[in-house]
Amino acid sequence: MSTLPLTSSQTVGPFFGPALLREDAERHVLVQPETWGERIRIEGRVLDGDGLVVPDAMVEIWQANAHGRYNHPADQGAAALDETFLGSGRSGTDEEGNYWFETIKPGRVPFDRERLQAPHICVTVFSRGLLNHLATRMYFEDESTNAEDPILQYVPEERRSTLLARRDEREGKTIYRFDIIMQGTGETVFFNL
Amino acid sequence: MKNITIGDIVRGDQEIFPPYLYEAYQSTRRRAPMIPLINVPLTLSELTGPGPAISAITPEDADLTRNAGPGGEAIGQRIIVTGRVLDDLGNPVPNTLLEVWQANAAGRYLHKRDQWPGPLDPNFLGMGRCLTNEEGVYRFLTIRPGAYPWKNHPNAWRPSHIHFSVFGPAMVSRLVTQMYFPDDPLHALDPIMNAVPTENARKRLIAAYDHAVTEPEWALGYRWDIVVRGAYATPFELKEGGR
Repeated sequence: MSTLPLTSSQTVGPFFGPALLREDAERHVLVQPETWGERIRIEGRVLDGDGLVVPDAMVEIWQANAHGRYNHPADQGAAALDETFLGSGRSGTDEEGNYWFETIKPGRVPFDRERLQAPHICVTVFSRGLLNHLATRMYFEDESTNAEDPILQYVPEERRSTLLARRDEREGKTIYRFDIIMQGTGETVFFNL
Repeated sequence: MKNITIGDIVRGDQEIFPPYLYEAYQSTRRRAPMIPLINVPLTLSELTGPGPAISAITPEDADLTRNAGPGGEAIGQRIIVTGRVLDDLGNPVPNTLLEVWQANAAGRYLHKRDQWPGPLDPNFLGMGRCLTNEEGVYRFLTIRPGAYPWKNHPNAWRPSHIHFSVFGPAMVSRLVTQMYFPDDPLHALDPIMNAVPTENARKRLIAAYDHAVTEPEWALGYRWDIVVRGAYATPFELKEGGR
């Protein structure tokens, strides 16, 4: 089917910050005042195989809007588009390995003609020492539809908790904590994408 | 950790993509996942992806020789780097964001963690970006980066390279990689480049000198095409009943 071989991947290295995290390229805040949906803050740390924080990683997210529609031409679904919501974010990690986003909880998007997926956010991780990026998904621990999510069914039950963000509240804001463990005990589930 | 062997965990095509763990590149040892990646069907979530979300891209962003500010020009061999972004069916990928970064002509990055005694160039930031045009063509004007020393192993030097970040049409297309220059004796010594498993795949990371791109009395030309995964399936082609 393919006619051209793919270009290989190489690490983002240690010095991407000035280019990829410049003021108008990093995007922590995905929402505008008019954006539909429940405001949430996502925060977490990136950790390595020694349990040490990773201060030189970049986390990107991609998500549907509150109605379950992606702002992308390939999504021709019936759910309403929200012109104020692009759905993509990018955060570096700080010296303590922390990343964060302010966004909305996504709606459910289709899996196939019959089934919906549970609300989730696609998460991609880049860093020095990663020759390929890592792809995972953040789900919501307090979401009842997780039990019927078709993608979670592919994940061994004992590892599913690594994909569930933990709900918290702080100063009236809803926080979802999602740590990304690159290696070792509690290693986050990564997908072959 | 048990029986760690190089090449155990690979993303996608094993002929093309490096393993996550490649011991010669030391930083992989504590950052590579140890549990195999999970294969899942592609869904709407992976067959869509960020668009060219940075709105204010200007032509000046693609000129790394002058984008450090008014007046000055970066020192070094001026080069044009151009090529096409294609999907693996050969279709051009139009209007997609490319971000690049590189060391200066002396091999020094403008970054607080880069402290080796190579000189900084006040007229070189080492970063640029552009969108591909309708034919998938990108073009940067820059200077040829120098080789760069690092602490991976004794007397380690990275070959001259330019980092590229590419989005492409969907999440499955996302690619961060590095472009190298032809005939560099450091290629054979570089664990990052040699983590790519096959010679053919390594060769495709090396730009070609192209005299047709070279401009007289101005700049040398290099051509480098980037091939990303296409978003083949549409939601309507997803199998009924999924798995």
